[in-house]
Amino acid sequence: MVTPLLDVRDLSIGFGSADAVVRDVSFQVMPGETLALVGESGSGKTITCRSVLRILPQAAQIRSGVINYSAGGKTCNLLTESRRTMRSIRGNQISMIFQEPMRSLSPLHRLGDQVGEVLRLHRDMRPGEAKKTVLDTFERVGFPDPTRVWRSYPFEMSGGMRQRAMIAMAMVAKPELLIADEPTTALDVTTQAQVLGLIKELQQETGMAVILVTHDLGVVANMAETVVVMNKGRVMERGPAPAVLGSPAHGYTKKLFAAAPMIPEVAAPARAETSDDLILDLRNVSKTYTMRAGGWRKPVTITACHEVNLSLQRGKTLAVVGESGSGKTTCARIALGAELPDPGGEVLFRPTKDADQVKINAMSQLERIHFQRQAQMVFQDPYSSLSPRMRVQQALTEPMEIHQLGTRAERREKAAEMLRWVGLDASMLSRYPHAFSGGQRQRLSIARALTLDPVLLVCDEPTSALDVSVQEQILCLLEDIRDRVGLSYLFISHDLAVVARIADEVAVMRQGVIVEQAPPDTLFYNPRHPYTCALIAAQPEPDVNRPIDLGLVSQGAGKPSSWPEAFRFEGVAAPALTELEPGHKVRCHV
Amino acid sequence: MKKLPDGRYVDEAPWSDDQDLSALERSDMDAPNWVLVWRKFKRHRLGLISGIFLLLSYLMLPIAGFIAPYTPNERSAEYLYAPPQSINFWHEGDFIGPYVYPTTATADLVNYRWTYETDTTRPMPLQFFCEGDRYNLFGFIPSDTHLFCAPEGATVFLWGSDRLGRDVFSRILYGAQLSLTVGLIGITVSFALGIFFGSIAGYFGGKTDWIINRAIEILRSLPELPLWLALSAAVPSNWGPVAVFFIISIILGILDWPGLARAVRSKFLSLREEEYVRAAEMMGAKPGRVIRRHLLPNFMSHLIASATLSIPAMILGETALSFLGLGLRAPAVSWGVMLNDAQNLASIEIYPWTAIPMLPIIFVVLAFNFLGDGLRASLDPYKS
Repeated sequence: MVTPLLDVRDLSIGFGSADAVVRDVSFQVMPGETLALVGESGSGKTITCRSVLRILPQAAQIRSGVINYSAGGKTCNLLTESRRTMRSIRGNQISMIFQEPMRSLSPLHRLGDQVGEVLRLHRDMRPGEAKKTVLDTFERVGFPDPTRVWRSYPFEMSGGMRQRAMIAMAMVAKPELLIADEPTTALDVTTQAQVLGLIKELQQETGMAVILVTHDLGVVANMAETVVVMNKGRVMERGPAPAVLGSPAHGYTKKLFAAAPMIPEVAAPARAETSDDLILDLRNVSKTYTMRAGGWRKPVTITACHEVNLSLQRGKTLAVVGESGSGKTTCARIALGAELPDPGGEVLFRPTKDADQVKINAMSQLERIHFQRQAQMVFQDPYSSLSPRMRVQQALTEPMEIHQLGTRAERREKAAEMLRWVGLDASMLSRYPHAFSGGQRQRLSIARALTLDPVLLVCDEPTSALDVSVQEQILCLLEDIRDRVGLSYLFISHDLAVVARIADEVAVMRQGVIVEQAPPDTLFYNPRHPYTCALIAAQPEPDVNRPIDLGLVSQGAGKPSSWPEAFRFEGVAAPALTELEPGHKVRCHV
Repeated sequence: MKKLPDGRYVDEAPWSDDQDLSALERSDMDAPNWVLVWRKFKRHRLGLISGIFLLLSYLMLPIAGFIAPYTPNERSAEYLYAPPQSINFWHEGDFIGPYVYPTTATADLVNYRWTYETDTTRPMPLQFFCEGDRYNLFGFIPSDTHLFCAPEGATVFLWGSDRLGRDVFSRILYGAQLSLTVGLIGITVSFALGIFFGSIAGYFGGKTDWIINRAIEILRSLPELPLWLALSAAVPSNWGPVAVFFIISIILGILDWPGLARAVRSKFLSLREEEYVRAAEMMGAKPGRVIRRHLLPNFMSHLIASATLSIPAMILGETALSFLGLGLRAPAVSWGVMLNDAQNLASIEIYPWTAIPMLPIIFVVLAFNFLGDGLRASLDPYKS
C-alpha cells in the first residue's frame, strides 16, 4: 500500500461563532495523482485547499482535523507545523496557482525575477543558475521566446500567458503537490483547453500530484483521477472519476451533472428557415475606436467589429459567440443605440410586424424614448447590476418612473407581477438586493428589464457569473419568458454549450469579424471554420471518454494568418462571408 | 459516509433538491445602508467614543452660557492671571459638598508678577442655578441663570484667568461656539462646491473634466497660508465679529473644495462603470436623474467620511488665522483668539494656563480624525 502524499481527515473550519463552513472533510491524494475538488460557490472548496498551505483568512479557525503530508519518508501534520517549516514547504514542496492571473502577479517585478524568487528562497541558487532553470521552465510551459518573457512585466501579457507564467512559477521548484484553484475559470475556452493540457503534460513529466479546484465537471472529466464533490462545506461523494462521472450515486452529483451544459450530438443539420419579419437588422456595421497613444505619437485605431451583418427574426434568439475581445459586446451596444456605428453602417429596428422601421443609428429624441421602452438589456454581473441603496421595489419601478407610466399603485402592481413571472415572491419588494444570491439577483434584473414590456431583450452574458445549476434555471426562465410573450433575444455569450440550448441562430465572432453563422444544429453537425471547430473541441464535456482534442484547438485558436489556406487572412482584409449551404455562412475563400 | 463496492464514498445524510426561490440568502444584508454602516461602525470603539464626544461637544454649544460660570468678557480686575483653582469636597475630613477656597492677589514687585495666596481655612461652597451675568440661551433666549457660580467674595477659575482677569474655562466654552461651527460652515461651502464641480467633471468628462482639473491644480498649487492671509486681510476691519466669522469660514471652505471635488470625481468615475448605472442610462434616465438617484446616494457615505476628515483642517485653519491676528478679532471669542494671548513666550512660562485652549483643539481634531477613520472603515458594508 502506498502512503498517500496528502491525507486530509475530518477537517472542519469555521468563522467566528457561526456554523462551520467546512465540515468533516476527508480525502487522500496519492503521489502523481490528480484530485478534483468540485462544488459550486460557497461549497467550501477554496477554504479547504487553502487550509493545506495554511493561508486562510485571519478570521477563520480550524476547528478539528489533521492534514498529514508525507514526502521523502517523513510525515508531518501541516496544521500544527511551525511557521518556519510551513514557509519551507510553501512554494517548494506544495505550490499553488490562483484563479485570477491578472491579480496574482506583481505588476512591479519582471516575470523572470518573480518566477526565480522561489529558487533563491528555497534552493540557494546563484543568479546565473537560477536564470537558466527559469528559462528552461518558461520554455517548458510553452513560451516561444523565454528570454523575452524573462524581461517582460505581467501587464504586457494576455490572461492565458500570465496563467502560463503562474504555472511556471508554481512548477519551477518541482513541487510534490500543485494546488490549482480554478486555474482556468477566468480564461477563454480555447485558452482553458491549452492551459489544462499544459498542466496535464507537466504532471506526467514530473510525477507531481495535483489538487484541482473547479466548478466545471467538464474540466474534471478531462483532468482528474479522483473526484471529491462538495456542497455546503460537506463531501457529498468521493471516488474514482470514471465511477463518479459515469454513474453519479448522490443526488447532488446527479443534479450537477444534469445542469452541466453540453454541446449536443446532432444527427442532421437544421433545415434553413426563412422569414422576412426581422425585428433587428444590423447592416454592414463596423466600429473603430481611436486611442491616443500618448505623447506625440500618432493615435492608434482599434477595430472592435468589422462589417457585421446580423438579423434577428421576431420571436427568435440570435446568439453571438466569441472570446473576450471578439467585439460581441460592441455589437450589442450598437444594437441598443448606446454607441453609434461607423458611417456606412445601419441598425434597423421594427417594433411590431407592421410598424415602420426605425433607424437606431439616427434616432430623434422622441424615437429614442420609444426605443428605450421596447428594447432592454440584461447584464452580466448580478452583483453590480442592482443599486445597493434601492429596495427591490424601487429598482423595479424605476424604468416605469423614468417613462412616466402608470400611477404609483399600478407600478407596484406591475413590479409584483414581474416578480411572479421570474419565479419570485411579491413579498420581496420591500427587501434589499444584497440579501439575495446571485441567481435571485439575476432574476430580479430580468424582472426589471421586463417591466416596460419590451419586444427585444439583449442579454449580455447573463449566466456567466452564475453557478452551473443556477445557470440552468436562468436559461429555462429566459426560454419560458420568450415563448410566453414572444420576446426576441440578442444573446451574447462566450460559451457555445449555453448557446446550443437557447439559440435559433448562432454567429461566431473572432477578432471583430463573424467567421461562421448558422442555426446551432447545422453548426454542430458540420462546423466548417477552423475557429468554430476549435471552440467546439475546447468545450470540456463531463465525459471521461471524450478528452479535449488539443490539436484542433490550437489550430483554430491561433491567429487568422495561421489558419488553413481557405480561411487565412491578415488584418481586416478578411474574405467575404459566403453561404456554403442554405443558412450556413462561413468566412472563407471559395 | 457509506462505502460503495466500487470504492467510492457517498454521504448518507438525507439530501433534497427543493429550494425556496424567494428565501433570503443573507438576511443580515436586508437593511438600508445606514443600518449596515452603523452595525459595522459600532465595533470601531475609538470611532464610537470620538463620535459621542463630538456629539456632546456640539450639543453643549447652545447652552454654553448656562454651563459657564462667567460670560466671556466679564472681567475680574483683582484677579489678573489667576492660576487654576480646584473644586474640593472634603474639608478637614468632613464632606461639605463642592466648594472653593478664596484667594487673594498680591503684586510681586520684585519679579513683576501676580502671586496668589489661597486661604485654606475658609471653604466656600459653590452656588448652583445662581444668577450671574446675562447671556442668550440658544442665541436668542435671554437668561441669567448659570449652572454654578462662585460664592460672594470668592472666584471659580477652573482653568485660571487671563491677562484681563477673564475666566479661561468660560471663554473656552464660548470659544467652542465659533471654533467648532467654523468647520461646519466651511465644510458646507466646500461640500457644495466640491460635489458640484466634482460631479460634473466626473459625469461629463472630456473638456469639462479637463478645465475643472486644471482649476483644481492651480488652486492647490497656491501656497495656503499667504493666500489665507491675503483673503482675510481683504476683510474690512470695521465689520462686526459675526460677519468676519462667516467670511472666514467661507474663505476656508473655498480653499478646501478642490480636495473634495477630486474625491467626488474619482468616485464618480468608478461608480459610472457599475452596471446599475449603465442599466439606468439604457432605460433612458437623464443625467440629472442618474446622478441624483444612483450616483449620489452611493457615494454620499464616502463623502461624509472625507468631510469628517477635513473638518479638523478647517478648525486648525481658523485657529491659525486667529492666532496670527488675521482671523476673528476680540471681542469675538474663539480658541485661536485665546491662543493669540499666549503668543508671548514669557507669559506661557509664567502663566502656563493661558495655553490651555490648545487642549480642546487637540482633542477635537483627534476626535474628528478617529471618527472619520471609523466611518471610512465601515463604509462598505457589503464586503465582508
